[in-house]
Amino acid sequence: MGHVSLKSLNKFYGDLEVIPNLDLEIPEGSFTVLVGPSGCGKSTILRLIAGLEEVTKGEILIDGNDVTYLEPSQRKIAMVFQSYALYPHMTVAENIGFGLTLAKLPKNDIRKRVLEAAKILQLEDLLERKPKALSGGQRQRVAIGRAITRNPKVFLFDEPLSNLDASLRGQMRVELTELHSQIKATMIYVTHDQVEAMTMADQIVVLNEGNIEQVGNPMELYEFPQTLFVARFIGSPKMNIFQGKVAAKYQCQTLGVRPEHMEISHDGGILKGSIRHIEKLGADTLIYSQISGYDTVTARIIGKLEMNIGDPINLKFSDNHVHRFNDGIRIDS
Amino acid sequence: MPNNKVLAIRRQNFAGWTMALPACLLVFTFLILPFFMAFGLSLTNQRLVSPNPTEFVGFENFQQMLGIGLLTMEPDVDDTGNIKIDQEGNPVYPRVRNFTRNQDDYPQYFKKREWFRIGLPNDKMLVVLAQDVVFMKALFNTLLFALIVCPIQAGFALGLALLINQPLRGINIFRTVYFAPVVISMVVVSLLWRFIYDGQNGLLNALLQMFSLGLFESVDWLGNTATALPAIMAMSIWQGVGFHMVIWLSGLQTIPISHYEVARIEGATRWQTFRFVTWPSLRNTAILVMVIITMQAFTLYPQVQVMTRGGPLDSTQSLVFQAVVRGYEKQDISGGSAISVLLFLLVLSISLFQRYLTREKD
Ligand SMILES: Nc1ncnc2c1ncn2[C@@H]1O[C@H](COP(=O)(O)OP(=O)(O)O)[C@@H](O)[C@H]1O
Ligand SMILES: [Mg+2]
Repeated sequence: MGHVSLKSLNKFYGDLEVIPNLDLEIPEGSFTVLVGPSGCGKSTILRLIAGLEEVTKGEILIDGNDVTYLEPSQRKIAMVFQSYALYPHMTVAENIGFGLTLAKLPKNDIRKRVLEAAKILQLEDLLERKPKALSGGQRQRVAIGRAITRNPKVFLFDEPLSNLDASLRGQMRVELTELHSQIKATMIYVTHDQVEAMTMADQIVVLNEGNIEQVGNPMELYEFPQTLFVARFIGSPKMNIFQGKVAAKYQCQTLGVRPEHMEISHDGGILKGSIRHIEKLGADTLIYSQISGYDTVTARIIGKLEMNIGDPINLKFSDNHVHRFNDGIRIDS
Repeated sequence: MPNNKVLAIRRQNFAGWTMALPACLLVFTFLILPFFMAFGLSLTNQRLVSPNPTEFVGFENFQQMLGIGLLTMEPDVDDTGNIKIDQEGNPVYPRVRNFTRNQDDYPQYFKKREWFRIGLPNDKMLVVLAQDVVFMKALFNTLLFALIVCPIQAGFALGLALLINQPLRGINIFRTVYFAPVVISMVVVSLLWRFIYDGQNGLLNALLQMFSLGLFESVDWLGNTATALPAIMAMSIWQGVGFHMVIWLSGLQTIPISHYEVARIEGATRWQTFRFVTWPSLRNTAILVMVIITMQAFTLYPQVQVMTRGGPLDSTQSLVFQAVVRGYEKQDISGGSAISVLLFLLVLSISLFQRYLTREKD
């Protein structure tokens, strides 16, 4: 349960068209991540699904039912906000059980379901605390707990981890993925961080100015980016982009090569330049070099490397790992 | 720290204090000094101008004001032992004067006057006597004024703030309209409302007559003991509501929109949204509003001064009005000071009580 279809979705804020025309299928039980740069309309799409914004045109179906004009509370969805939106005057237990209190369930039932959610999220010992006595990660879990007790078909997350520090974020990524496999509801997750998308999603939707660039699982997007935008957006460090002579050699306007497919050439390559910066990550080394006629080119080299900033360098890449684009669209030979 | 640095800081301190001195002096002369002088004067018999030297009289002024006596009277009985009945069939009671002018038999009632009376079972009559009936009426009216004005004004203000806290076109016009009475001086407002309340051709009477198709009989709102204080209350509520609306509004605007969105997703009704989201978030604002309104209500003065001067029959006396009347018109500085001191203690204890009631419980 929890298949979401967006059909010819269109959204204006006043005169500003944020979502021109969007079609998207989100299979039930999937962990779908909407990813794209800030301002591309991710939150808007999520809020349209939640019913917090009204669509200008188009339809939203959940399990085949048209929910386009239903109130948020009638769509069987739950949402977790970036700011957590916990009520400061309520205890953790009251926050988690808020929806049940509103529905006027008996106190015992509320207690039971709050405890269930608290157990899943390891919040049992914090139930009587107020949100201000919790850490960021704990607050996040309370917000998720409130969503769980709604027992929704679809969970909506709007950048839920962006207020957490890096190590906590890594931990919460794991917890959210585990939660998903545990409760098996559909999850739609919005982020601008492609690392979150790559690590958590089983379906990624890359958005750019309200349009879908590509839909696919993480490896499809990484190995076969269908547009130049996706190629640049997915992957860290970013894909190297070449135009001009190098691209022309491959009969395309733009050529992309991932840093791990760059190699140091010792018998003179096509890319000559000097090293600008070196990052030693232990298992591998990132070399940022200034290549004449191009931007900075990044290469990821396995193992350690005895070179210094300013040293001359020659780079090459093999023909098997190039991505070719004309007019921003992938061309396959 | 090097020595010259210490000196430099001292010099700076000195310069700072010198510059602050004029302001400090003014604050001291016109705020702090009078405040403590009021305490001092309330313990003397100081008059505005008097040939006699001022004397320390202790708490006499306060005893004078607060003195109260309870007198229970039986109906008069005629020779046959039956209760005397007047023309309307009510029992006849002895004159209160018999008790209050009789220093030898009833020293506890001496020189007191009747404040009000309450009928008891078995035809008995309880008469409440006061040393200073006018003060008692002023005290009672002020308390009643605060008791009625505070909740109504706060409630209306919150209602308006909720209405106005919506993203509608032209909402600023309404904000301005509701706030307008606040920027007009209370004296001017009182003068205007005197016309509105006028018994002959006042606006209120005219409106009521129009809407009742002429059935309504004109009322002299300010000239009638039953309507004068309510009329002042209504006008005071109208005048102050905009100010408190703005305070509520500032509180409402600190509530994050996401708190309301969660409520929408969770299926809260309008009332539940108010009860669970809005109202608890306004806790601190509510405390602020209540404290300010209470203080304002207790200092009821310009309305009375302009509209009724305490009348008719002392039905609109207020504490501050009495303090002014005594201090300046009756030249009884010590009496006026005593009222001010009592008012201060009253407001202080109510504020402390409010703070106790609204303290953080965890
Ligand atoms: N309530 C609103 N009124 C007007 N414009 C809005 C509103 N919400 C968002 N926008 C605009 O819509 C665009 C997309 O916003 P949003 O969906 O929040 O982007 P994202 O979440 O991807 O950062 C932005 O240009 C933003 O300024
Ligand atoms: Mg956003």
